[in-house]
Amino acid sequence: MSGNAKARTIVDKIWDNHVVAQQAGAPALIFIDLHLCHEVTSPQAFSMLRERGLKVRRPDLTIATMDHSTPTTSRDLPIVDTIAAAQIAQMETNCKEFGLRLYNRMSDHQGIVHVIGPEQGLTQPGMTIVCGDSHTATHGAFGALAFGIGTSQVGHVLASQCLLQTPSQAYEIRVDGQLKPGVTAKDIILAVIAKIGIGGGTGCVFEYTGSAIRSLSMEERMTICNMSIEGGARAGLVAPDDTTYQYLAGREFAPKGKAWDDAVARWKQLPTDPGATYAKQLVLDANTLEPMVTFGTNPGMGMSISGSIPTPAATTDPIERSDLEKALKYMALEPGKPLAGHPIDVVFIGSCTNSRISDLLAAAAVMKGRKVNPKVRMLVVPGSQQVRKQAIAEGLDEIFRASGAEFREAGCSMCLAMNGDQLEPGQYSVSTSNRNFEGRQGKGGRTFLASPLTAAASAIAGAVADPRKLA
Amino acid sequence: MKIDIIESKTVVIPVENIDTDQIIPARYLKTTSMEGLGDGLFYDWRYNPDGSPKADFPLNQPAAKEAHILVVGDNFGCGSSREHAPWALTQFGIRAVISTSFADIFRGNSLKNGLLPVIVPADVHAELLKWPGIVLKIDLASQKVFLPGGRSVEFPIDAFSKNCLLNGVDELGYMLNQEAAIAAYEAKRQDSVNTLA
Ligand code: SF4
Repeated sequence: MSGNAKARTIVDKIWDNHVVAQQAGAPALIFIDLHLCHEVTSPQAFSMLRERGLKVRRPDLTIATMDHSTPTTSRDLPIVDTIAAAQIAQMETNCKEFGLRLYNRMSDHQGIVHVIGPEQGLTQPGMTIVCGDSHTATHGAFGALAFGIGTSQVGHVLASQCLLQTPSQAYEIRVDGQLKPGVTAKDIILAVIAKIGIGGGTGCVFEYTGSAIRSLSMEERMTICNMSIEGGARAGLVAPDDTTYQYLAGREFAPKGKAWDDAVARWKQLPTDPGATYAKQLVLDANTLEPMVTFGTNPGMGMSISGSIPTPAATTDPIERSDLEKALKYMALEPGKPLAGHPIDVVFIGSCTNSRISDLLAAAAVMKGRKVNPKVRMLVVPGSQQVRKQAIAEGLDEIFRASGAEFREAGCSMCLAMNGDQLEPGQYSVSTSNRNFEGRQGKGGRTFLASPLTAAASAIAGAVADPRKLA
Repeated sequence: MKIDIIESKTVVIPVENIDTDQIIPARYLKTTSMEGLGDGLFYDWRYNPDGSPKADFPLNQPAAKEAHILVVGDNFGCGSSREHAPWALTQFGIRAVISTSFADIFRGNSLKNGLLPVIVPADVHAELLKWPGIVLKIDLASQKVFLPGGRSVEFPIDAFSKNCLLNGVDELGYMLNQEAAIAAYEAKRQDSVNTLA
């Protein structure tokens, strides 16, 4: 990596700060500052520790929660799915046996792993953060190098607090200008992915820069970093600034007193040096963006809400053409037609992309005094118990219920349909989550990804709707 | 899970951007072990809603039973980080996947499970997609894929992963051997790593 004299990117700086050892002909050994665990990708890692007689090296840098297979029904009800119940029980056993802090189903700190880290101040600038989950990039919003790992690596981190890694290339995604009303952070990231494709960032870490990114709140930055993986990048980050420090100050695990001042001084060294170079670059003008919606079966198949569904015949590459045909067949959509106005069955507001308080506030502002179309089922699933509590304190639950929406307990829910919340075969949903893969929200289900504003407007219309045209 | 030479017929799924939700649907992720994942491999592409196999899906053809080499479109394994994807593929009998590119996390997960991701040039890839069932020989030591007719192409792999696969090196063991360096690092960073304690 770069020496001290050379201008470095924030990615270089975090990397350099975390190299524990570098043996010839091997990847670097990198120290991990924070390890987040959940019930689905950790059980086999704990089994491995047991088989080899290993302990968790740093329980103090490890935190666990339950989100993926956890029901979003009332916590008073038992878990109906016995296999999920066994997995959740195993998480309790594993955390107890290895001495890990667990926010279980009954904890008021429980929630989607990428929502609770930031809200408790666990996620901090300059850290290396990993989790057995590809949306770990969410934490990059704080200027942390955060990425998803597989279960073998979960075991490696539990046992050694380290990972074997090779450096990634830095890819600058600069978004200048100002978003127009009705256009959100979600639309920025959907536009980026539509532009570069879902493999465009493979081998890279995105650094989001530019005036449009700077003017975003922390929650909006999280929405953007969250979907870095949908552009193929394992990580994506935003250099910390005053917005970051203001968000963090006073949170439960944020440093306090002198330690806070020292930390801020360190964090201020992180931003990319002037003159540092990126391996790749994309520039986007926020002024030109419209609300985005996906039409296909991967997150790169997105378009402006006023656009038309692409025509496979216009695509020259034969595999690309057959993939587009396959996607449109699965989605049962006609090429060349607009997507706006297409009838839908379900609206899902939730997931680690868009389930924070600002997302629920945005959706509630649309729903207030309006009704969910009688043909539509609308689920609002807060990202954490803390978000849920705040939403209730602000009366959002009442607004959602009065409009005819369900206001549920915290978890991943219909984002990946493991916990009983799912689409029926053939149903269409407008979802604020991050993946529209075949069957992602339930076998045979069809997903249109969009912002909370677009999702709420669509719930009212009973069809894909442009939030700027709300009557 | 050592690998040296893999020789078999190919089975071809000519689709780009195959995500790990297709390789192993989320409902199979409620397990706390690794068992039975091969049965869920590509489940929703392999079976009709009534549970009967789709006759035209490549993995359902009789020849797929003995195939250890899977040829797929660009950017294979994108999406979720689930290691259940390589577990399901290897349990089905797949030992190498050939494409023009792989998603980062999937590639890393595969290498840790004795599943070899092989990147070939676009022209060779295009040929392989057209000829399902041809016999290939993959030699990890020389990093070569041998095609029928005596041709061969080289494929990239980092030296460390190659050594791990050829010699069955235990990665975690290698890491834990660097205990002294880890402890020294921890001591140095004591003030700047925030703990939950
Ligand atoms: S909300 Fe969805 S994307 Fe986020 S962690 Fe849960 S399952 Fe993964």
